[in-house]
Amino acid sequence: MAHAAPLIAPRATLAAELKQLLGTDLLAHDFAADEDSITVDRTAIAGVMIALRDNLEYQQLMEIAGVDYPDRAERFEVVYHLLSVTRNHRLRVRVSTDESTPVPSIVPVWPVAGWLEREVFDMYGVLFAGNPDLRRILTDYGFQGHPQRKDFPLTGYIELRYSEEDKRVVYEPVKLAQDFRNFDFLSPWEGADYVLPGDEKAGGTGEAPGKGAPTPMTAKEVKASDDKPKKASPPPTPKTTDSPAQTGAGAKVNKAASKTSRDGAKSKVATKEAKTPATSKAEKAPAKPRAPRKPKTGGDA
Amino acid sequence: MTDTPTIRHHGGDMFEGYPVDTANTAGDQAVTNYTINFGPQHPAAHGVLRLVLELDGEIIERVDPHVGLLHRGTEKLIEYKTYLQALPYFDRLDYCSPLGMEHSYVLAIEKLLDLEVPARAQYLRTMFAELTRICNHMLNIGSHVMDVGAMTPNLWVFELREDCLNFFERASGARMHSAYFRPGGVHQDVPEKLLVDIGEWVETRLPKLFGDAMSLVIDNRIFKQRNVDIATVSKEDALAWGFSGPMIRGSGIAWDLRKSQPYDAYAKMEFDIPVGTRGDCYDRFMVRVEEVYQSAKIIKQCLRDMPTGPIASLDRKVVPPKRGEMKQSMESLIHHFKLYTEGFHVPAGEVYVATESPKGEFGVYLVSDGTNKPYRCKIRPTAFSHLQAMDMMSKGHMLADTTAIIGAIDVVFGECDR
Repeated sequence: MAHAAPLIAPRATLAAELKQLLGTDLLAHDFAADEDSITVDRTAIAGVMIALRDNLEYQQLMEIAGVDYPDRAERFEVVYHLLSVTRNHRLRVRVSTDESTPVPSIVPVWPVAGWLEREVFDMYGVLFAGNPDLRRILTDYGFQGHPQRKDFPLTGYIELRYSEEDKRVVYEPVKLAQDFRNFDFLSPWEGADYVLPGDEKAGGTGEAPGKGAPTPMTAKEVKASDDKPKKASPPPTPKTTDSPAQTGAGAKVNKAASKTSRDGAKSKVATKEAKTPATSKAEKAPAKPRAPRKPKTGGDA
Repeated sequence: MTDTPTIRHHGGDMFEGYPVDTANTAGDQAVTNYTINFGPQHPAAHGVLRLVLELDGEIIERVDPHVGLLHRGTEKLIEYKTYLQALPYFDRLDYCSPLGMEHSYVLAIEKLLDLEVPARAQYLRTMFAELTRICNHMLNIGSHVMDVGAMTPNLWVFELREDCLNFFERASGARMHSAYFRPGGVHQDVPEKLLVDIGEWVETRLPKLFGDAMSLVIDNRIFKQRNVDIATVSKEDALAWGFSGPMIRGSGIAWDLRKSQPYDAYAKMEFDIPVGTRGDCYDRFMVRVEEVYQSAKIIKQCLRDMPTGPIASLDRKVVPPKRGEMKQSMESLIHHFKLYTEGFHVPAGEVYVATESPKGEFGVYLVSDGTNKPYRCKIRPTAFSHLQAMDMMSKGHMLADTTAIIGAIDVVFGECDR
């Protein structure tokens, strides 16, 4: 025992007692870091809690914590922390559930569970069947979403401020001057698996960013794609800008830009041009004609 | 009711067909319950507590506390910070006893790392945890007294609180948000003069000033009328509602984590656990008063027995080296850089570590996935359970008693709402 954390004497007979008391409701029992934790059947949780309170002297429910493991089939774990003041021991009881399956409430066993379950519901969206007052508790009135889920962004979706014009608090979508800086210090040699920004373009597989590195093509696929007659994509031509009329955005825009105008006539021309189909083959137009840039009304020509 | 009643709009009784007893009882006025809003901006709400009170005259029928107005998403933020970066969030939970919050967190990390803490660091942490307890109780006792009508003691005990904050400043550089406890020990050693001053203060100024202030209150007739037999909580209720700290001791259960599950140097300390006999607001108040004297006793023992030696673990994979070392050794420089950028990795596992904070059991449920950031850090606040019992405690009491009840709960919203 090297650390200085609170000392709790282990209960040697606990494993046998639990097995005898809970029977098949006990799914697992492990002892790690000097702490006993058990996993029990979700449907039996209320009965298990009564048995633990009345037979094993765990008089107090100190905490109910939710944990989100998005990879699991039942992604949420609801973790109850029990305390015995007579035997001076702590026990952790776990059940797992998903977004739609409710966990039986243990408010009839411990009234303190009321708010603790409300908090887990608020933060994770875990439902508790039988809780008489399952409202949100910590988040704002009218809040949407469950902020402690791993897929909920740290910044949230809405922000509020006091509006001087409206003389009231207004809710708006979150606008950040700078993104939250999240540095990844995991060593790439120790199995870290992440996508660098831009990787999705290099593979050419068209996968959305954040989906992980693209799966490498097999030899067969590579050959098949080589044999396929290629669609004649235009060879990349270097962009040159010799005069202000050459916008670099393609022939049509160049044409529109070369016209001089003092009033807003330019934009009219540009929009009209856009509607006419691209006909001039001689021009080295890009494969997909880019939408013409909205010309500035300021005198830049 | 067999036929469906129709609602008529020609001035007749809207609810014709329903049996409605409209007759008043003889000599009485029929009074319906009404609902009032207490807070969230109320000086006696000790922060941003909003109580929706349902009153029958002046008698409380039902209390619905609305919390979460100070919710800052601390637990979510911690998941995005390294273990060391997350530490200052704990100061900001219960801002009346910041070091008590840090204590649970650093012990949880040390338990996961199975890290040994040198004896001097353990004594320093014990001593500052007790100073924090005094500091916290000064605020609570003072404001509780003021909530029920007395002004003077509050001003006196705030002097003592100011002394405590000065001690924190001399140890860590910050009065309130010290970030002094670190995984593996404390941040820096204290000057010798500080220990001397604390010893003198505990010996002379604290008992004198605190004793004077309390002599005005504890036998005061008005104070007793406002607190005795208010919000009586039985032992069974205290257990069922998850009470801890002075709240459970006030109900007569001698339960103190410093004694039953000792951490740091508490196993070597001699102190008594005060308990109440009736479980009312007065008992909770008196438990806190006595705890101040017991804390002073612990501080004296810490000062007497404190050994010399390192103030933090010498494990350089967790505790960064001092600056002086960095100037001499390349290895120290690398350690320093790595620990303040990447931080240390904590082995996968989960622990629940609870310490006796001034307000009760403050727990940290830490789930690690083996990286440098906590996978989940659930904070078990003390006030959350206590405040939930507000409805049970205030039922049948007068409206004016709510302030005494809230005062005796010792609630701080930074911690309750997280």
